Amino acid sequence: MLQFIVIRFIQTIPVILGVTLLVFSLIHLIPGDPAQIMAGEAAPEATVEAMRERLGLNDPLHVQYGRYMSSLLQGDLGQSVRTSRPVMDEIQPRIMITIRLAIYSMIVSIILGLVAGVVSAVRRYGVLDATLMLAALFGFSMPNFWLGLMLIKLVSIDLALLPPSGWGTWQQGILPIITLGTGGAAIIARMTRSSMLDVINQDYIRTARAKGLKERVVIYKHGLKNALIPVVTVVGIEMGMLLSGTVLVETVFAVNGMGRLAIDAIRARDFPVVQGIVLIFALIFVAVNLLVDISYRYLNKRIELN
Amino acid sequence: MSDLAHGTQDAQVQAVKGSSNWYLIYKRLKKNKTALIGGYLIFFFIIVALIGPLFTVHDPLRVDYSTRLLPPSSDFWLGTDHNGRDIFTRLIHGMSITLYIGFLSVFVGMVIGVPMGILSGYYGKLLDTIIMRIVDVLLAFPGILLAIALVSVLGGSINNVIIAVGVFSIPGFARIVRGTTLAVSKLEYIEAVRALGASDLRIIFLHILPNIVSPIIVQATIRIAIAILIASGLSFLGLGAQPPIPEWGAMLSQGRSYMFDHPHVALFPGLAIVTVVLAFNLFGDGLRDAFDPRTRV
Repeated sequence: MLQFIVIRFIQTIPVILGVTLLVFSLIHLIPGDPAQIMAGEAAPEATVEAMRERLGLNDPLHVQYGRYMSSLLQGDLGQSVRTSRPVMDEIQPRIMITIRLAIYSMIVSIILGLVAGVVSAVRRYGVLDATLMLAALFGFSMPNFWLGLMLIKLVSIDLALLPPSGWGTWQQGILPIITLGTGGAAIIARMTRSSMLDVINQDYIRTARAKGLKERVVIYKHGLKNALIPVVTVVGIEMGMLLSGTVLVETVFAVNGMGRLAIDAIRARDFPVVQGIVLIFALIFVAVNLLVDISYRYLNKRIELN
Repeated sequence: MSDLAHGTQDAQVQAVKGSSNWYLIYKRLKKNKTALIGGYLIFFFIIVALIGPLFTVHDPLRVDYSTRLLPPSSDFWLGTDHNGRDIFTRLIHGMSITLYIGFLSVFVGMVIGVPMGILSGYYGKLLDTIIMRIVDVLLAFPGILLAIALVSVLGGSINNVIIAVGVFSIPGFARIVRGTTLAVSKLEYIEAVRALGASDLRIIFLHILPNIVSPIIVQATIRIAIAILIASGLSFLGLGAQPPIPEWGAMLSQGRSYMFDHPHVALFPGLAIVTVVLAFNLFGDGLRDAFDPRTRV
């Protein structure tokens, strides 16, 4: 197990290197002169030159990347073009908001998804199963930003039950969390159902039933426990959807998280901030996947390391 | 139940079944009602995209403040937006944009991802390692984020959305194709063909490609649904199609400020997105069942 963790950890190093290279390259993918665009269309040549100098764009690419990496290792993500503050200072107060939003939504996804999936599997081909699976299909065919808008209209405006925007009180949290969690719940429900059905047809479930165990014990103790293993991998993928989904949901509900900061920075052509946020999101996601792989391995020791 | 082993097994079963059984697949697909509904809906949407605009009576772009924010009526079936434009007309005109982005971006992802997967699975070794590390890097960006990052530097336009969503679709194709190629190239008859002196190119095009078509088609169908969702999200954020283009995500973005008093401006573009995405998901589900009845995710 320890060996697995170490190997898996080492495997992420080239990925992280690749991610930094891609994030670094972003600014060079800008059609035209990035310094001109960040300084503003009408900026005089002197200002543009100053911007170029400030971002180090005059140096050869490999020197730029080397400098980028060495700052990165010291926790320096560069400077915001808009506020001249370090990018890290811009992002830091917002990271936890976004991570909380994503984690709470994940919890909602898992609970709703598992319950719906198990109920569907137990009542397979029944009316309840059909209804739940149709709802799940809608759930992941729906753009989350639209669901958010509809919830604001219905719950906040028409029924005046919850605040339409902001973040801080638990009332403000409910709608964004439901909005973000719905798509994930739908996918987990489908995955749980199919995984449960696979398990229910296994020999050892028949044996458990033949032993005279209560149906509830068979389903929850023997069935669900084994059915959960493949579901764990979906949770990892889900976390990626949730993390990036915060960009849309934070925009809809005016939550001051990292996602909203990203959109503000894009609108202001503040590329160092955009780069920083993209990098942080990717690093969080890489870490989550590492955790998921390790827990998957823990849950299912039969998997051999490639 | 190892994921990889499971996938390989499926692929082998699929490969043995072969793609010569198109008739069987068609029969299975016909029995699957939800898939049929999805298929017919997609067909209908394509027709609407192609000839729908010819039948609309209103102008999708002309601003007319005298008809501003009207509720649905017999004149304006789904009401009008803040610029007095008929929403139904705009949705019909937007259909081709939505499908164009969906199909083309997935095509871009397929054209790059499929060869990557074949090379990786067929040649293995160093090439496999390099290609799969690239795929890992692309997958390290959660969900829509890579597309957002690309569009933010390239600039907001329909073509840039297609590029961004296309790049986002590459790893999905590369991974699936690598897995199936790996499984197929281990089959005995491929060994036999190779022993007969067939070139790699011949083996890939005549023997491997036909065997991996079905997972590619399933993947493409589901990817179109995701691509449409992501593209509408980009436009909603103001990073994709720009006003006054009647792109559905952009319509939602603009309708947002007016939806509290006039919910129809946000309701209908969203429903349009849901319906189209749903159709592709239904069809994709059905195709997967038809190609391989053993997987029922």
